[in-house]
Amino acid sequence: MLNNMKEQVIKILTELRPEFDFTQEGLNFIEEGMLDSFDVVSLVNELDTKYGISIDGLDIVPDNFSSVDSIVALLIKNGAK
Amino acid sequence: MDFVFKNKRISGILTILPKRAIKFEDEIENYSFSPAKCMKLKLAMGYKEHRIAEPGQTSVDFAIHGMQYLFDKGLLHREDVDAILFVSQSPDYIMPPSSNIIQGHFGIKQDCVCMDISQGCAGFEIGLIQSFMLLDQPAINKVVLLNAEVLSSRTSRRDRNSWPLAGDAAAVTVVEKSDDNSTIYANIKMDGTGAFALNIPAGGFRMPSTAETAVMVQDDAGNWRSKDNLVMQGDDVFNFVQREVPPMIEHLFEQSGVDRNEVDWYMFHQPNKFMLHKLADKLGIPHEKMPANIVENFGNASGVTVPTCICYNLGDKLVSDSMKLCLAGFGVGLTWSSLMMDFENLQFCKIIEY
Repeated sequence: MLNNMKEQVIKILTELRPEFDFTQEGLNFIEEGMLDSFDVVSLVNELDTKYGISIDGLDIVPDNFSSVDSIVALLIKNGAK
Repeated sequence: MDFVFKNKRISGILTILPKRAIKFEDEIENYSFSPAKCMKLKLAMGYKEHRIAEPGQTSVDFAIHGMQYLFDKGLLHREDVDAILFVSQSPDYIMPPSSNIIQGHFGIKQDCVCMDISQGCAGFEIGLIQSFMLLDQPAINKVVLLNAEVLSSRTSRRDRNSWPLAGDAAAVTVVEKSDDNSTIYANIKMDGTGAFALNIPAGGFRMPSTAETAVMVQDDAGNWRSKDNLVMQGDDVFNFVQREVPPMIEHLFEQSGVDRNEVDWYMFHQPNKFMLHKLADKLGIPHEKMPANIVENFGNASGVTVPTCICYNLGDKLVSDSMKLCLAGFGVGLTWSSLMMDFENLQFCKIIEY
């Protein structure tokens, strides 16, 4: 399940910002400027729709969007299956 | 801080919008985003078009136009006005108060309280609470609450954080004593430690506007603005709203004893569609009970968005029906405030243009 979720997250991220490689390890997407606050809004909308959840507004903070793993953890916390 | 009021009612709301509508697509070239990314932004935030005042039109002009309309239609009479509250972040002058200018313009009696309140996004709720407090006085039977903003003139068109959602508008709300025994529940919270999350650095006494303050500078995110322009720390404002507004509304449910399902409509301040949907989800409120269509059609005119939301989505229904509404405003200050009250048989509830 986790691998599938990771693949889906990378696919959505790549559609959002095709100029970046989101499979690279060790990058912080926020600090590297790969995602800005408007990307995060678009990403949350996509993830909410894809997984039929509503990510808690309090969870929409930069740390939760810094890597694929953090985004997957966020999804699981908010009930994605 | 909680408030409880009895024997007060809103008897009419009139929203006044600028005639000029500008479409989001026509301004994409101002922003340092690709057109494709701008369209994603449009969908997520709900940007379509916004109403912008013509150069030279002021907040007092809009308020006077609205009051004149009510006088002309016989929906308000000069001699009945016991207080004028003018709530705005964009008054005509630092001095005198805009409320006094309006009183003088219409020749309203000297036995009239004129009061300007510097509040923005929660300005409708703050204005209503102040109106209800004034109506506790025996000498005051009718208050005219004016919310008016022309902040677009202080917002950089090259600031995609702020300009796409900028909107100008005014609302005239008539608040009066009533025989109705229903109770109005309200609360206000403020946190001045976050005062600069939304601010205009120059133009007051601390930093007067000069040629230097008018110089446009690009920020780290690629937005251009000067010190004369509105600055919004979007992330901070979003986090503040998500952190503070749900507990405030939960508290209002407890305070009023009203179950969330008994509320007919949740009329909240309109920053953007995304933020409102997140609030609705957190509170377990269906999206259709919390309209989020004001920014996309008219823009965010700060404290005018809630009366606009009521007029646009309910309009004449409030003239013929009775409904329980939960109102909430949140923003500059930082200030957040909410009310639970019944709306019944308003004399008027509509939108006009100026």
